[in-house]
Amino acid sequence: MKIKKNIAISDSGFIFNPSTGDSFSVNPIGLEIIKQLKEEKTSDDIKKHILKLYAIDEATVEKDFYDFLKMLEANKLSAENEKAN
Amino acid sequence: MAKLQYERPLIQKLNTGTMNKFGTRTEYRPHTEIDGAKVEDLMKEFGSPLFVISEKTIRDKFNDANRAFKTRYPKVQFVWSYKTNYIAAVCNVYHQLGSWSEVVSGFEYNKALKSGVPGSKIIFNGPDKTVEELKLAIENNSLIHIDHLDELYTIIELTSEIQKRPKVAIRVNMDTGIYPMWDRFGFNYENGQAWDAINKIVLTDKMDLVGLHCHIGTFMLAPSAYGVAAAKLSELALAIRKKYGKTIQYLDMGGGFASKNTLKGSFLSGADTTPPIDDYAEAITTSILNAGFLEEELPTLYLETGRALIDEAGYLLGTVISNKRLSDGRKATIMDFGVNILFTAFWYDHKITPAQEFSHYTENSVMYGPLCMNIDVVRENVTLPPMKKGDHVVVHTVGAYNMTQWMQFISLRPAVVMIDMKGKAHLIRKRETLSNIDASEEMPGYLKEFKL
Repeated sequence: MKIKKNIAISDSGFIFNPSTGDSFSVNPIGLEIIKQLKEEKTSDDIKKHILKLYAIDEATVEKDFYDFLKMLEANKLSAENEKAN
Repeated sequence: MAKLQYERPLIQKLNTGTMNKFGTRTEYRPHTEIDGAKVEDLMKEFGSPLFVISEKTIRDKFNDANRAFKTRYPKVQFVWSYKTNYIAAVCNVYHQLGSWSEVVSGFEYNKALKSGVPGSKIIFNGPDKTVEELKLAIENNSLIHIDHLDELYTIIELTSEIQKRPKVAIRVNMDTGIYPMWDRFGFNYENGQAWDAINKIVLTDKMDLVGLHCHIGTFMLAPSAYGVAAAKLSELALAIRKKYGKTIQYLDMGGGFASKNTLKGSFLSGADTTPPIDDYAEAITTSILNAGFLEEELPTLYLETGRALIDEAGYLLGTVISNKRLSDGRKATIMDFGVNILFTAFWYDHKITPAQEFSHYTENSVMYGPLCMNIDVVRENVTLPPMKKGDHVVVHTVGAYNMTQWMQFISLRPAVVMIDMKGKAHLIRKRETLSNIDASEEMPGYLKEFKL
């Protein structure tokens, strides 16, 4: 999944979508994932990156990562939503 | 390089609009210890889920209530309501503090006797007392609170075979301005039923009418209603004195004082709305003191309050089984405890806190129990830090009614531990096992074998 190009991301975890005016707050690990998505990393690369950084098992990362992607989609932050908007 | 502590990734939409004048709830501060005992250690030793009782809180709450009433009224006797929590160790803490027993069934009556409570210090309430149970209560000089005329006539019959005068009170129901009015128990004050029972008791001269009892409702947030009830009971006691020359020895105001739990649908939390015990004490004692009793004939005030004394002493520790996303995008957390052991989740929004450190990020979630039943909802909406499988939570203010109303439904009931005054944990009820259930079942011979 790719994140919309015009999304503004602050280092403190504040996300702004200029096309809808919506703003969001993410926790540090959520911010890490969004930054990686913005750099167009693949899902596998992002999961590996998380596993390297955090003390957690692969199954939990897998489950939480895809749930987080669903939430990005639901909040219209993924590039797949762009055409619809 | 040491790895960072993991937390589930979260995204929360920021909404602008009217600010909440009460601020945001901060229920998610971790609760890692109960009276010095570490939650993690308790769960490691006794398993999950686990009920924990704080002896210190029991004693503190009791001493506070005792002070509130005894500084206002000269003759006060607390009577522990067994149905609120009848685990023997819990009852014995109250008995050590001087409480008598208030029971509402033969089972509870025998439990009190087994614990060593003298029969004369047991109040036998409730609509269901069998002939055998009544006989036992009469033999033991227990205080029998008569609920209906059928019970009254049974006691009159029993006096012909037992050479003892039963000590009785009648339960009186009345309009105290509270809805719903609890008129299913006892005899009504306003329509004269109470007088019918009193006349019958006095004129048959087979038993001693020693007290009057009322119990106006449950989780009563209006102390003034107790003032009305105490005034009506006092009026009745004085009228009996005038009509028959008999002095009523005690007025039993029952229970129903609210705890600090939050009722479902209430805007403010229970901690903000529940009246202090002093308010109940003030309303009740003022009414009795102003009723017109002669000083030497002031009745003893009996109090059967249960919930307000024990609720805050109880905790339920539990573990996250799983997180899932519902079809509408809401987060759902499945816990290893449900309404089967947390019966009060049906009417309270229990305070729930994580049992380990978390960051300040939170999310809303529906909290479900483990039962394969749609009714098993612990909280419809709770704000907590993102929790993962295996994380622990502490449910607060669960000491009243859960350890008596819990169900052996689908899963077995958990252990109960008590943290003593020195912070040491004692197992006071073992975790149920399959053999506990099997022990009560019988298998007809023709059903013992089958082939599949």
